[in-house]
Amino acid sequence: MQVVKQRRDAALGRLVGGIPYVGFLGVGFERRGDELTAVLPYDERLIGNPMLPALHGGAIGAFLEIAAIVELSWTVVWEAMEGGGEAADAIEAGRFPPMPKTIDFTVDYLRSGLPRDAYARARVNRMGRRYASVHVEAWQDNRARLFAQATGHFLMPNVDA
Amino acid sequence: MTDIETKTRIARQFIEALPHSRALGMKLVDIGDGWAVMALDWRADLVGDPETEVVHGGVVTALLDTCGGSSVMSHPTAPRGTATIDLRIDYMRAAEPRRRIFARAECYRITRSVAFVRGLAWTASPDDPVAAAAGAFSVEGVER
Repeated sequence: MQVVKQRRDAALGRLVGGIPYVGFLGVGFERRGDELTAVLPYDERLIGNPMLPALHGGAIGAFLEIAAIVELSWTVVWEAMEGGGEAADAIEAGRFPPMPKTIDFTVDYLRSGLPRDAYARARVNRMGRRYASVHVEAWQDNRARLFAQATGHFLMPNVDA
Repeated sequence: MTDIETKTRIARQFIEALPHSRALGMKLVDIGDGWAVMALDWRADLVGDPETEVVHGGVVTALLDTCGGSSVMSHPTAPRGTATIDLRIDYMRAAEPRRRIFARAECYRITRSVAFVRGLAWTASPDDPVAAAAGAFSVEGVER
């Protein structure tokens, strides 16, 4: 059954590895079954306020948006892999469905981002044929003490077109 | 050197020295009383969708957040510090690859503790926006 795990990890690796900006920020993803945790390793380049120091609001917002869009894409990819047939073969061959497009994204900055690693988990609250609504929570030291959260709406790719 | 030139120069040095703004290559174009214009050039490592080569939405968010914070700091009430409380970005369209992205933010209202900001990002013309922003920023040390 490790073959299944390898196939899923490879698909996630290709999905995430294909996005240059994810590499620029240094964001990684850890997977437990279908659950993803986005990890933003601390880097001096992420600092917005050198006096405190604190992470840049833009870097935090971008991290949450990446977590949301990858979660949503992964949900689509996962369903395609599980469904088998042509869609699963396409994923296996490295052909992914087009990325969802962000319609709007609202970030709630709850605490200043400390100069250390950050984590985020996204939840797809609704995924229809055209739109999806995704919520993201981010924390640093303590899972229960969020330092940022966000909600975004996304336009789903038209797979029929 | 006029007051406005001095103010612009100091603001430019400050903003362009922030590590994350530097890493993304943000430039301060112009700044006035409670408003700022910034720019960011397309780069291959900022792309969010390899199929279209469009920069990731997070880049636009970072630009509008920085521009919003700059508009607060340039407000005539002279806040000593600011931090984003919340920021909403509406994406109207994709920013064409290999085009410079501009952002303008305006701090249209400020109280002793909160600044209200709206902003717009575009490539060719502000009449054809890429994204719009609305945010609330915390402020400290506002002169009353």
